[in-house]
Amino acid sequence: MKLNNVDRDLLNSIIGLKQVPQGAINIRKDGEAVIRNSSPNITITTFPDKPGIIVDVKPGTKNESVHVPVLLTSSGFNDQVYNTFIVGEDADVTIIAGCGIHNDSHADSAHNGTHEIIVKKGAHMKYLERHYGEGTGKGKRTFNPTTVIRVEENATAELEMVQLEGVDDTMRTTTAYVDKKGNLTVMERLLTHGDQKAESDIRIYIEGQGGTAQIISRSVAKDFSEQVFKAAMVGETECHGHVECDAIIMGNARVVAIPELIAESADAVLTHEAAIGKIAGEQLIKLMSLGLNETEAINTILEGFLR
Amino acid sequence: MLILENINLAVNNNGESKEILRDINISFDPNKFYAITGPNGGGKTSIAKIIMGIYKPTTGSIYLNNENITDLEVSDRAEKGIAYAFQQPPRFKGLTVEDLLKIAQPDIDILTMRKTIRDVGLCPEEYLQRDLGPALSGGEMKRIEIAQILARNTGVSIFDEPEAGVDLWTIQRLIFTIMQNFKARKNSIAIVITHNENVLPMCDEVVVVEEGKIVAIGKPDEIWPLIREDIECKQRIDCQGDMQYETQ
Repeated sequence: MKLNNVDRDLLNSIIGLKQVPQGAINIRKDGEAVIRNSSPNITITTFPDKPGIIVDVKPGTKNESVHVPVLLTSSGFNDQVYNTFIVGEDADVTIIAGCGIHNDSHADSAHNGTHEIIVKKGAHMKYLERHYGEGTGKGKRTFNPTTVIRVEENATAELEMVQLEGVDDTMRTTTAYVDKKGNLTVMERLLTHGDQKAESDIRIYIEGQGGTAQIISRSVAKDFSEQVFKAAMVGETECHGHVECDAIIMGNARVVAIPELIAESADAVLTHEAAIGKIAGEQLIKLMSLGLNETEAINTILEGFLR
Repeated sequence: MLILENINLAVNNNGESKEILRDINISFDPNKFYAITGPNGGGKTSIAKIIMGIYKPTTGSIYLNNENITDLEVSDRAEKGIAYAFQQPPRFKGLTVEDLLKIAQPDIDILTMRKTIRDVGLCPEEYLQRDLGPALSGGEMKRIEIAQILARNTGVSIFDEPEAGVDLWTIQRLIFTIMQNFKARKNSIAIVITHNENVLPMCDEVVVVEEGKIVAIGKPDEIWPLIREDIECKQRIDCQGDMQYETQ
C-alpha cells in the first residue's frame, strides 16, 4: 500500500523519515498493518488473538534497527494495540516506535498502545518513541501508552520518550524491572501548551544485585496546560537509582512532580532531584546580550532544555 | 568612542531609594584597554551593566560612536557591537558550548571555534560538545564565557572579573589572550573589571570606582600609588586571617 502525503508528513514527524526505511519495519495505519517487513535477524509476526505484533530480535544481532510507527488519520478512531519486543541475548538494536495522529474533525482520536519489552541477558536496546498530533479539527488527539520492560542480567536499555507537539491528552504508564547488573535509563521530554494535559507515571523496580536505573524528565508547560509527573524508584537489593525531574513553567500552567524513592534494602542507594521554575531572567539577559531578541532567547532555552 | 554622561542609578531598597551610581562621567577611547577597579560593592559591575543595557540609568545618557544608545535594549546594543562577559555566567541545561559560540558568532567556523576554546585554556575535543549545565565548574564556565566574547569580535568588550574562579596560574594567560584579541581589532575598546593588581600595569587606563563614584582615572603608574595602600592593607588582612587560622 502506498502512503499519501499526510501519512508521509506524519511519518517524518515521528521517525524523521518521509520514505519507508529499509530493514525490519511495521507501519500500522488506522488499526491495520499497511507495511510489514522482517529482516534476516528481526522477525515481525502478529498475535493470533489480539491486535499487535511480536518483534523478535535474534541473539547476537548487532547494530540493527526496527521501525514500528503508528499512523492515525481516520477521525474518531480509537486504536488499541499490543506489541511485544524480545531482544535476544547479546544483541544490540534500536527500536524506533511512535505514533502520529492527524485529526481534521470534531471527533476525538486516540491511540492506546501497550508495549511489552524484554531485553535479554547481555543485550543492549535503545527505544525511541515520539508522539505527535496535528490537524485542524476540534476533536481531541489522545495518547495513552503503556510500557512494561524487563532488563535482564547485564543488559542495558535506554527508553527515550518524546511528546512535543499537538497532543491534547496523555496518560503514560511505564513499569520496569531491572535484574542483576542490569542498567536502565528512562528519559522523558514533554512540552504542553494551550489547555493540554499530560500525566506520566513511571515505576522502576531494581530487583537484581548491582542493578542501576535512572529516570530523567525534562518538561515545559506553557499557557494553561497541566502536567503531572510521578516517578518511583524501588531498590530491592544492593543497587543505585536516581530520579531527576526538571520542569520549566510558563504562563498559567500547572506542574506537579512527585518523585518517590523506596528502599527495601539497606544497600540500596537512591537519590532524586526535582526542580520546577520559570526561565531565569539571567539566562534571557545572557542570550539577549549575544544579540537574540527575547522571543529568540526563550525559544533557544526551551529547545536546548528539551533536546 | 563610548561615553557615559552624568549617569546616575538608584534602586528601590525596601521602599527607600538607594544610590548605586552617582554622577558617572567617562569617555572610553578606541584602541585603549581599560581596567575598572575598586572595592566590592562600589559600582563596577553596575557600570558594565549600564553599558550593556541590563540596567537602565535613572538619569544620564550613553553614547556609542556619537549615537545616543540610552534607550536601546540589550539585544540592540549587542547588535551595535557591545559585548559583556558576565561575572557569574548562567548555566543552560541542554545547550552545548558549541551552541553558545554559534549564538555569539553565527558565522563562526569550526577551526575558529576550536582556536577560541584553546585560547581560553580548554581542550576543544573535550569541551565543544559539553552541556552548559551543572557538571561544569565555575572556572570552566568563566573561561567559556570569555571565549564567547572573544568570538564575537565586537567594538566594545567588557570582561567582568575574568579572574574570578579561575586558577591562579592561568589568570595571566587569560588576560594576555584578552589583550591579544583586543589588539587584533582596530578601533575597539576593552574594559576589564578586576581586583587583580597584576592586571593593572597591562592596561592603558585604570578607572577607580568607589561608593558609586569614579574617584580616579589615569595611567597605571599614576593610579597605583593611590590604591596601593588599600591593596596592601587587604593583603595584610588576608595574611592575618591565615595566621589566625593556623594558630587555632
